[in-house]
Amino acid sequence: RGGEEEEEEEEGWHQLYPGHIPTSPLQKALLAAGSAVMALYDPYRHDMVAVLGETTGCLALPNLRDKMKNHPEGYHILQERPRIRLSTLDMARLQGLPDGSLGREYIRFLEDNKVSPDTRMPPKFVDDEELAYVIQRYREVHDLMHTLLGMPTNMLGEVVVKWFEAVQTGLPMCVLGAAFGPLRLSTRKLQVLATELVPWAIRSGLNASCVLNVYYEQRWEQPVESLREELGIFPPP
Amino acid sequence: CRCRALLSRPARRLRARRGLAAGPEMHFGFQTVTEEERREKIYQVFESVAKKYDVMNDSMTLGIHRVWKDILMHKMNPSPGTLLLDVAGGTGDIAFRFINYVRSVRERQLQRKLKHHQNLSWQEIFESYQKDKFNSLGDSQAVVCDINREMLKVGKQKAQHLGYSEGLSWVLGNAEELPFDNDKFDVYTIAFGIRNVTRIDLALQEAYRVLKPGGRFLCLEFSHVSNPLLSRLYDLYSFQVIPVLGEVIAGDWKSYQYLVESIRRFPPQEELKTMIEDAGFFKVDYENLNFGIVAIHSGFKL
Repeated sequence: RGGEEEEEEEEGWHQLYPGHIPTSPLQKALLAAGSAVMALYDPYRHDMVAVLGETTGCLALPNLRDKMKNHPEGYHILQERPRIRLSTLDMARLQGLPDGSLGREYIRFLEDNKVSPDTRMPPKFVDDEELAYVIQRYREVHDLMHTLLGMPTNMLGEVVVKWFEAVQTGLPMCVLGAAFGPLRLSTRKLQVLATELVPWAIRSGLNASCVLNVYYEQRWEQPVESLREELGIFPPP
Repeated sequence: CRCRALLSRPARRLRARRGLAAGPEMHFGFQTVTEEERREKIYQVFESVAKKYDVMNDSMTLGIHRVWKDILMHKMNPSPGTLLLDVAGGTGDIAFRFINYVRSVRERQLQRKLKHHQNLSWQEIFESYQKDKFNSLGDSQAVVCDINREMLKVGKQKAQHLGYSEGLSWVLGNAEELPFDNDKFDVYTIAFGIRNVTRIDLALQEAYRVLKPGGRFLCLEFSHVSNPLLSRLYDLYSFQVIPVLGEVIAGDWKSYQYLVESIRRFPPQEELKTMIEDAGFFKVDYENLNFGIVAIHSGFKL
């Protein structure tokens, strides 16, 4: 009966990181099913989308982590574990950057769509602390995806980004979101989606290198167009 | 297997938690905390669940909690003119049922009275209608008392929504220290609330105090299942499904984890019976519902 065992028994949890809730396989399955249904039923339940991602990501997340590990910039990110938060961003400096730069366009995106990077849910159900960071990074980088793809945060824009992310990450949650998201769109929008936006998103997603391997915080000055070219994202239609 | 670890929850001795402030130690689900901390945590749990309380009850018990509450009301069998105190009554389920019950008893009373009034003049019949119409509850009253503002808020809104107005009052109060005089009420109920009281002995003493002589104490609460097979299935459902329901429906895993843990921590039927007797009640008795998943304890103040 070591001290560590006593500590674990005392807490009753096997918490790997703050906010972690350990779950049995049965619980994960129930959560995955429940969150999928709830996310479709009430699209404003962003927490359900997050839970779905966590409970179904057991194959895709290690895959992403390995991609990061094998890439110099990605490896760097895994070591330093940067977080994109209002408290860590120098808003004034980013606003002062020239138009067309990543930093300036990112701030513009946040302002135009009235969103903040701080509303991302922290992971709860991922049972590996490094993978928890990977999914956190994916969530925090999502707004930058919008910026790079030039898509707004309305339903249409979100679906397009989901298609791109589905191809890039292979996360089942992105695939489901990409497949079911369009159900809530009007036919006119669906047409635009199907004929122009989705094919472009898929082509870009396939062509581009892994978006999680970019240390965005070190590239605020870089023009968006140049970053797009570097990654392999085709210009938006 | 982690699954097993989550299933088998051994009863735990209270142990000193590292670096904790002074104060008697008690359980909050499976954690060990001080009395003050426990009250605080429980307040927060109910503050957080208040809005989705009813939806969650229906989902977790597949609507069966309604049957349990109906059974409680039938056991109580209140007659018009009864003064009820429903403690930890938050969202009003017991109080509303009470009002429905006395209203229907009252209606039957009135119908029977009218049958005997066949020989009256129209004027006299009209007058008797007037008198009794304003007395549809027969002076019955339900006082809902809860320690949590959010729960009371939800209860009041529900009452308005469902059209309950007369015969109901809402009071903010602590079961361990009720804001009422001695010997006031005919019936005291506490449904799925006593489990969350930090000092059950004090709550029972208070219940005794505020009841009139001849008054009845009724407690509806989760209890212990003795059947081993059923107990394992119940545990499986409780620990595997309920927190998931909490997360999916209410976005709150932790409160529902607390719920299922607190049920395991609560004294079983016989022990609760003894505690009620210790508070001074007579003819203390309990009835198991659904093999002990829930039990109704009853006692009288003589």
